[in-house]
Amino acid sequence: MLKNIIVTMKVTPKPEEIRFDPVTKTVDRSKATNEINPADKNALELALQLKERYGGKVILLSMGPPFWDQFLKMGIAMGADDAVLISDRALGGSDAFVTSKVLAAAIKKIGDYSLIITGEESEDGSTGQVPPGIAEWLGLPVVTYVSQVVDVAGDSIIVRRTIKGGYEVVKVKMPAVLSVELGVNTPRFPDFERLQWAQSEFKLTVWGIKDLGLTENEVGFKGSLTAVTELRELRPRERMRQFIEGSPEEIAKELVKRLGLK
Amino acid sequence: MSEWRGISVFIEQDNGELERASLEILTRASELGKKFNEEVLGILLGHELDNLIREVSRYGADKLVVVEHPDLRHYNSDAYTETMAYIINKYRPRYLLLPATRNSRDLAGRLAVKFRTCLSAHVIMVDIDEKDRKLVTAVPGFGGNIVATVVCTNGKPEMATVSPGTYEARPSDKEAVVIKESVPEDIIKSRRIELIEKKVSPMPDLSRAEKVVVAGLGTGGDLELVKEFANLIGAAVGVTRPLADMGIVPRDYQIGTTGVSLRAKTVFVFGASGAPHFIYGIRDCGTIVAVNTDREAPIFENCDYCIVADLFDILKALIKELRGEVHA
Ligand SMILES: Cc1cc2nc3c(=O)[nH]c(=O)nc-3n(C[C@H](O)[C@H](O)[C@H](O)COP(=O)(O)OP(=O)(O)OC[C@H]3O[C@@H](n4cnc5c(N)ncnc54)[C@H](O)[C@@H]3O)c2cc1C
Repeated sequence: MLKNIIVTMKVTPKPEEIRFDPVTKTVDRSKATNEINPADKNALELALQLKERYGGKVILLSMGPPFWDQFLKMGIAMGADDAVLISDRALGGSDAFVTSKVLAAAIKKIGDYSLIITGEESEDGSTGQVPPGIAEWLGLPVVTYVSQVVDVAGDSIIVRRTIKGGYEVVKVKMPAVLSVELGVNTPRFPDFERLQWAQSEFKLTVWGIKDLGLTENEVGFKGSLTAVTELRELRPRERMRQFIEGSPEEIAKELVKRLGLK
Repeated sequence: MSEWRGISVFIEQDNGELERASLEILTRASELGKKFNEEVLGILLGHELDNLIREVSRYGADKLVVVEHPDLRHYNSDAYTETMAYIINKYRPRYLLLPATRNSRDLAGRLAVKFRTCLSAHVIMVDIDEKDRKLVTAVPGFGGNIVATVVCTNGKPEMATVSPGTYEARPSDKEAVVIKESVPEDIIKSRRIELIEKKVSPMPDLSRAEKVVVAGLGTGGDLELVKEFANLIGAAVGVTRPLADMGIVPRDYQIGTTGVSLRAKTVFVFGASGAPHFIYGIRDCGTIVAVNTDREAPIFENCDYCIVADLFDILKALIKELRGEVHA
């Protein structure tokens, strides 16, 4: 029987809708649709499946602005039992080092956990550093790039992890941190009735940094160990964009000729 | 305590298989070492490494620190983190660079918190600031569309994971002095993770292929004609993310931000829409040909030859054309 299964979740803007302002050199996310970070949905799905097989309570944990509560409620509607949002002005500008520290502090406060399950990386920053970072703050083992849970046996969990050219199966003592590979399962849809309940009655827990025993100097820009000094757009280089028309045979002839494929 | 000095590079191997990106990073480190007068230190963990030692010591390191132990043969997050921490404490390198691969990112994320130090992820440029000697890196974000210049503001060693293919590996005439280190047994034995099974097959190195044929979801996962065409022109086959998600081919064949970046001279893209995450992986390629039934697909903004057609029709015609030439 598992205890708490804590799933970390982030909300990210769709990358194709991000605009870059070359004059102010800033990223404009205002027009981009926000979504639950895709890999975090896979993490939640894996957690829900684990709960169905081995029990436990699935708790969502997120660090972000207040409006993220609607996304956490989607997670509740998918089947999570509870949700905690860490929201504090002081957190703006936090790098992966600070993020993992804050999440680890919240995980400690939630307590009584068997597993911390995260997505392999976020769609926007995609550092992939937060999961091993959380593990290190908590003194827990971590298995990254998990594609499948094979079994839970006593105080250990056996998982399959993607590696170069294949996979490995490892057994790790719980509590442990698992980071789940993007796309390894099909996240279930939110349940409509549960969503209505989540939106009208469910109360999520909101904590500030003081609730976690952290000070302003330890978080945000001040607590970060890296700094962004400049942003620029990486435009894919200009391409010819020449349309070749005709029947498939004519197109094939043309391509073979132009590219010297003979 | 002595000062933090030198540039160290984690040389990744798994079961005797060297991660080539380590040599690329070592080559870059030796350039920076020369320029800033810093010693370059390779760090290699594993077991029965004689062949690897011989190879790695030719890529510009001044010293190659080697830890050999049967329990280090395979990557183990716990054993590797503790062993690396021991070596870092002993040698106190100012900089630590690692390849941005799954295993090294796992290791780097833990070491950064352990040492309370900065870490830049999957960088596409690594440099040292002329004035204050801080580590400066370029970090792509938001699907690779935007690049941030990131500096380390605190902590040692200053760390970065470097994207494979960012630099070219070049042997040098200098040969590294090999130093064999042993670490206390309990460091390696206190691990909480046990390997039960491992299955790997050798992978083509797509990042070095001259020609690549990419199959997108438009193929529906049917790669027969794609493979036949690729064979005829001597090209490697790659896929977009959904095909790897479906398990049609291993993840190592996936092109893009969460896959491989190509350097090919010629790339064919069949049935991919051209999402930023994918385009990122073909940005440095020569000529790009795309086939898609949808004239409005974004892939057509990022290719040289645009073909609005059914991909299977074009593949059949290409195969026929190439075969025809042979028999003529
Ligand atoms: C964090 C994150 C990381 C990601 N990393 C990557 C990555 O590394 N690599 C990657 O590829 N993706 C990545 N993705 C996914 C990416 O955003 C896109 O979803 C993906 O690239 C789409 O793949 P596709 O173009 O094959 O499929 P689709 O977008 O479904 O496009 C299929 C195309 O095929 C065309 N088509 C259909 N039938 C035919 C036909 N018979 N003939 C010709 N054309 C046809 C359609 O018009 C369509 O344009 C990532 C996503 C996230 C969230």
